[in-house]
Amino acid sequence: MRDKIRAMVESNLNIFNANVEFSDDDNIFRRGFVDSLFAVQLIAYLEREFGIRVSNKDLDINNFHSVNKMVSFVERKRQAGDGDGVAGR
Amino acid sequence: MKIVLDARQGRIVEDAAEFARTVLAPRARENDENGVFPRDVLAQMVERGYLGATIPQALGGLGLDPVAYGLLVAAIEKGDCSASRLLTVHLALVAETILKCGSDSQIHRWIPRIARGETICAFGLTEPEFGSDAAGIQTAYTVHGDEYRINGRKRWITFSGISDLLLVMARHGDVVSAFLIERESEGVTTVPQKGLMAGRACHICEVVLNDVVVGKECMIGMAGQGFTYVANTALDYGRYSIAWSGVGLAEAAVDAMVSYARQRKQFGQSIGAFQLIRELIAEAVARVYAAKSLCWRAGEMRKAASPEAIIETAIAKHFSAGAVFRTACDAVQVHGGNGCSSEYPVERYMREAKVLEIIEGTAQIQQLVISQHGLRRFGYS
Repeated sequence: MRDKIRAMVESNLNIFNANVEFSDDDNIFRRGFVDSLFAVQLIAYLEREFGIRVSNKDLDINNFHSVNKMVSFVERKRQAGDGDGVAGR
Repeated sequence: MKIVLDARQGRIVEDAAEFARTVLAPRARENDENGVFPRDVLAQMVERGYLGATIPQALGGLGLDPVAYGLLVAAIEKGDCSASRLLTVHLALVAETILKCGSDSQIHRWIPRIARGETICAFGLTEPEFGSDAAGIQTAYTVHGDEYRINGRKRWITFSGISDLLLVMARHGDVVSAFLIERESEGVTTVPQKGLMAGRACHICEVVLNDVVVGKECMIGMAGQGFTYVANTALDYGRYSIAWSGVGLAEAAVDAMVSYARQRKQFGQSIGAFQLIRELIAEAVARVYAAKSLCWRAGEMRKAASPEAIIETAIAKHFSAGAVFRTACDAVQVHGGNGCSSEYPVERYMREAKVLEIIEGTAQIQQLVISQHGLRRFGYS
């Protein structure tokens, strides 16, 4: 899971320097590595790739600002069971 | 170019095309001149369920999938762009955003009313000094226990003049949040904008928010997610809708161009026989096919919930908006002097087409987004 998420982030960096490095704990939003559309794309990716449902209560940047935060979030969602049962979401 | 839907959705789209042809189109010029979207036309759209087109059937909507919705928007646009602009703000920018980002109680309170057309929605992001630089908005809110007090001014807010519910972005220091505000709330004023080139029947207003107090239940998503997630989600839905509007308007322009080229005679023959006119027709037809193909592809990716649908939608919107403006200009050209008169629809098409290169992200903003994608995705490693 960690490798997949990291690969997704790397493929969406708006930094084109091949030597750019970031750790799994780096805040990718604060470091300016991603553009403003990334958050929406990231949610769609996490939902589809890992079969989870991101609800409005989950829309906290602290769940998504680093690779490790994303991994923890997905693990928590999976443990809690997916979906909130609301039609159309 | 025929896109096949399932029988139920196919019937809805076919009925919408007939509605556009027989009800919307005959009154589009009058609406443009009067600057009013007629209540009786709105009532017919409500009756047909169009104001709930993308809302799940379980919540009172038609439950159209993204491709069917796109075809519906294109069909409605061919009749009257004001009607399809209503669908974009009411459904794409607000209803779908509530469905995606709202709480269960927000969804169950608002979505059935929105689907029934009892609540008309508008979207408030742009301000007099902040358009493309949307993250810089100055409309501000302060926190008072469980309540928020909002002050500011929004501009270019489509259909806000007849709306009931506004989805508004406001900031608190560095934090931007999204709020649902009822237009009847104390402190909300809408001031119609005059002298518009296009969208004259879209009840576009400035929205003044003067000490508007809302409860915590009115915030969409969490504090600070207003721009990063809520506004960007809304604009993604909006771009998709506008992309299909471009297809519908371009088809209307091609219909007008071809009809005129067939019947207009110069030098003893239909002008459609002249090669230079045929060039305009050929390019227009190819652009419509290309725009529709991109929109269809984006729609299929949205059906599959693909993360790539966001960039595909941006590409479709950018191409479609450029294609329709070029096509509408050429439709005016084929009409010659008559194209410059409101006796023919093409001058209106041209005015409306230009707007599609500006709203839901200007062509230049789309180029930034698409070039970013290109720099990541292409080139030798």
